[in-house]
Amino acid sequence: MKNMKKKFGIALVAVLALGTAATLFFKQKNAEASSAGYEVGATVAGFQLKSVDGNTVSLADFKTQKGVIVVFTCNHCPFAKAYEDRVLALDKKYAGLGYPVVAINSNDVTTYEEDSFENMKIRAKDKNYSFPYLFDESQAVAKAFGATRTPHVYILKNEGSKFTVQYIGTIDDNAQDASGVTKRYVEDAVNNLSTGKPVVVTTTKAVGCAIRWRDA
Amino acid sequence: MKTLFVVSVLFIMSIKTNAQRVELVQFGRLQQLLTQPSDTTYIINFWATWCKPCVVELPVFEQINQQYAGQKVRVLLVSMDFAKDMVTRVLPFVARWQIANPVWLLNEPDYDSWINKVSQRWSGAIPATLILNNKKRKRIFFEQPLEFNQLEKELRDFL
Repeated sequence: MKNMKKKFGIALVAVLALGTAATLFFKQKNAEASSAGYEVGATVAGFQLKSVDGNTVSLADFKTQKGVIVVFTCNHCPFAKAYEDRVLALDKKYAGLGYPVVAINSNDVTTYEEDSFENMKIRAKDKNYSFPYLFDESQAVAKAFGATRTPHVYILKNEGSKFTVQYIGTIDDNAQDASGVTKRYVEDAVNNLSTGKPVVVTTTKAVGCAIRWRDA
Repeated sequence: MKTLFVVSVLFIMSIKTNAQRVELVQFGRLQQLLTQPSDTTYIINFWATWCKPCVVELPVFEQINQQYAGQKVRVLLVSMDFAKDMVTRVLPFVARWQIANPVWLLNEPDYDSWINKVSQRWSGAIPATLILNNKKRKRIFFEQPLEFNQLEKELRDFL
């Protein structure tokens, strides 16, 4: 025990010796991580990902649509599960109005086996997904967007094949209970966009499962 | 009958392990802690029973709790589990892992209304940890799991 304490003490000194430089570096890194990704108004770079139906889907495939409701989601997360039916309802309501849903799973599957491509296929089939469910295996799309959690929604507006971000955030104000929802952020945003009005609430936050990044 | 059995088991377990009870709270309770002029350093961790990286990190907070028991340091574990899962998931989890730190289940589903009050830098992903000492006007926030050495190093800045 004493020896362990001593070892621990040495380790502690070593850690402290790294000192300010390490702290500064770390804080810097942290700040960068949180500021990365698209902000409202940004133009979205094209992407191409494989879908559960075997096809490859790219952002350019939606150039005839008015926009896209991009939902970063996954299989395992209880928040994503709680919102699954509501995401299906969004697609049902808005695909016909030119704002289809595109779901993207960016999770590291070595941490969450439940989020593997095979399991994505099963989930999409079981729940009869009406929208593409894409696998962002390299995590490049989530990083480009700045998605941090599931579910994390980005509403894009298409103007002459240029997609810009109009809303970033959560679907509504009650993950736990769909019947207790009072603010429907995504619906409000798409309703405004589809009638040519600007989005009023453009960003919201919500508790969600952190997207698990692969070890570098 | 099944519920009665579960409750009985939980009750017996709670005696045996002296496990903490989990308080169901709303944001006002947390806000009070975030704003009170105290010279205690609080480590507030946001986690959930189903969140793997959160669960892996929990022993770090238990260790801090033990090692800093004599100092003005308090750990608070704020669960983001759904309130409906209190009896079926949260209480059994806390008992099973014999968590000594106080645990709150924050039943405040309108997340956007309070996340920024915890930290402007928090996107909402868990695990997340806030260290604060209001008397010293000092705060630091992490949207990532922490290891013991890292947490202790940060904590020392507050003491």
